Amino acid sequence: MKADPINVATGNHFMDGDHACAEGSIAAGCRFFAGYPITPSTEVAERIAMRFPKVGGMFIQMEDELASMAAVVGATWTGIKSMTVTSGPGFSLMMENIGLAVMMETPCVIVNVQRGGPSTGLPTLTGQADMMQARWGSHGDYEIIAISPNSPQECFDLTITAFNLSEQWRVPVLFMMDECVGHMTEKVVIPKAGEIKLVPRRFYRGGKKSFKPFRFNGQANMTPMVKAGDGYLFHLTGLTHDEQGYPLINAEAQQKNVQHLVDKIRKNVDKICVIEEDQVEDAEVIIISYGISSRVALKAVEAAREKGMKVGTLRLITVWPFPENKIHKLASKVKAFIVPEINLGQISLEVERCAAGKTKTILVPHAGGWVHDPRDIFQAIEEGAA
Amino acid sequence: MSEIETEFTDTLTIPPPPEELRHPMEQFLRMERLPHIWCSTCGIGTILTAFIAGLQKSKLDPNKVAIVSGIGCSGRAAGYLHLDSFHTTHGRAIPFATGLALGNPELKVAVISGDGDLVAIGGNHLIHAARRNIDVTIICINNFNYAMTGGQAGPTTPIEANASTAPYGCYEFPFNLPYLAESSGAVYVARWTALHIRRLTNAVAEALLKPGFSFIEIICPCSTLYARRNRLGTGLDLMQFYHDNAIIQHGVDTREVDIEYQKRIIVGKFVDKDKPTFLQKRDTFLEKKLGNQFIPYRGPNHGN
Repeated sequence: MKADPINVATGNHFMDGDHACAEGSIAAGCRFFAGYPITPSTEVAERIAMRFPKVGGMFIQMEDELASMAAVVGATWTGIKSMTVTSGPGFSLMMENIGLAVMMETPCVIVNVQRGGPSTGLPTLTGQADMMQARWGSHGDYEIIAISPNSPQECFDLTITAFNLSEQWRVPVLFMMDECVGHMTEKVVIPKAGEIKLVPRRFYRGGKKSFKPFRFNGQANMTPMVKAGDGYLFHLTGLTHDEQGYPLINAEAQQKNVQHLVDKIRKNVDKICVIEEDQVEDAEVIIISYGISSRVALKAVEAAREKGMKVGTLRLITVWPFPENKIHKLASKVKAFIVPEINLGQISLEVERCAAGKTKTILVPHAGGWVHDPRDIFQAIEEGAA
Repeated sequence: MSEIETEFTDTLTIPPPPEELRHPMEQFLRMERLPHIWCSTCGIGTILTAFIAGLQKSKLDPNKVAIVSGIGCSGRAAGYLHLDSFHTTHGRAIPFATGLALGNPELKVAVISGDGDLVAIGGNHLIHAARRNIDVTIICINNFNYAMTGGQAGPTTPIEANASTAPYGCYEFPFNLPYLAESSGAVYVARWTALHIRRLTNAVAEALLKPGFSFIEIICPCSTLYARRNRLGTGLDLMQFYHDNAIIQHGVDTREVDIEYQKRIIVGKFVDKDKPTFLQKRDTFLEKKLGNQFIPYRGPNHGN
């Protein structure tokens, strides 16, 4: 399926990440947006508010983020692609209904333009400290997909990827931007609609009585969905349920339901994960980073390579699910992993876990408010290579 | 599963009843989900019957009606209705319904939920959906307490009434729901009790056919918790109380319809007025501002 040519802003633009994300959602075929203003994500909502009436989309500014997320789940079940956008405090408020989207296996995209936290924190300044919240923020066991762009161009491209993954795996996809990427203005090339590949919603077309909204085989991606109003008279609940969507409150049903939610992602990590590697083959030290930190790290990598140090880089484009096997294999080849991130240690813990004692993991922390000084990352490279 | 459990769960199969004994509302019920979880003499089942009767009376196409519930006793209503039905999170039935109603403007969306769900944890959504005049019908079942969790006090518990978290009696001022709904912008506001089945049925039909935000409060007996804690007798005694103390006053000023503990309950149709819905207002407004640049949203079946 290709994007709709009338609505894609094909051309070369000078655009910030927030606006690029908004254009990406339009190109991806998103036509329902419910959100609540919050810095530094508001520009996404503003652009959508301006663009949607001209592309036949439905924009609504809700009363809070709880409502925004609930409306997104409801709208998706009418057959439309939907999205919401927020930042830290709003992300916290969305968590319960992100869990509902997980439980109802509802495709949708949640953009979090990260700022410094906890609480109100640093509304206008950057952070990457919601990464573990993205993984574990809603209660209960589940797996999720999270993507981290590092440029306005990727804010466009990967927003489309986010919609495609959410349709493919029937899971909410968290688009984890950060304030720097959101407010950074760069060249953004928006391709022709014909060059944009979209994963369409897969609709069930069989008999009305034989429809089941779920299939708990842990493998079946894209179990077809239906639209409310099309006569299938289906039922969905946030309760533990069977394949019919009917509540079942016992340990056996819980096992089937939750195992499926976890397995459909966990068993398909290789199909979902996207990473970007550079010079890892003979590297002594590998920098593992994501988002804006991956670009800051390049300065340190350049300096280290000039000094003859063998430094590789591995960028997590999808942060969740985590590329466990990949990191585990690399661990036995290198002296150290260096993890610069704008928090005091989140993804570094995951790297450390996957390294399983085979190499050391050096965190380069930053509490937020600004990006790293590349010299701090360089110092960590020296420490790792020693 | 052990063999013993299998034996118990697999042996109970009830043959379908002969045609003449089939439930007259079978078309609208998920028969395989019955019996329901509600207590004996609870009013929710009666209200569900009135809802179905009202839906039938409205002549709306059941394929185009969606039901959303939140959490609580009343929140289970969605699970028994054979319509597109959604049992959502606590307090968020109205924004979920907003997503459905805006996502597919051809749908009629009704929310059936309790006073705690809609007015306490979901209170903000209630007033904003009313303000926007979203085209949804709210069936607010008021049993004066949180029954599913064991009879705690809520935003409608009358002063003096005893609840498990108000063991010495409730001392908070309760909401007057019709006044709240009207002042927030609802175009249709009524209150009935679970005893007023015929009038409630008519109200449901009227509300479903009313474009915009319609709100029906239904006073509902909770014999297991509210009545037992307050020594108000059985479900039948509560119905008798409604019979003796409900006063029908159509069109009365909603400021006057407060409910006090075991005092008179004013019921009736209080508000029925016309106002453009959210979608009507949006379409006419944006068309005026944007001219032919405006492409109205028509839902997933019309090219969106």
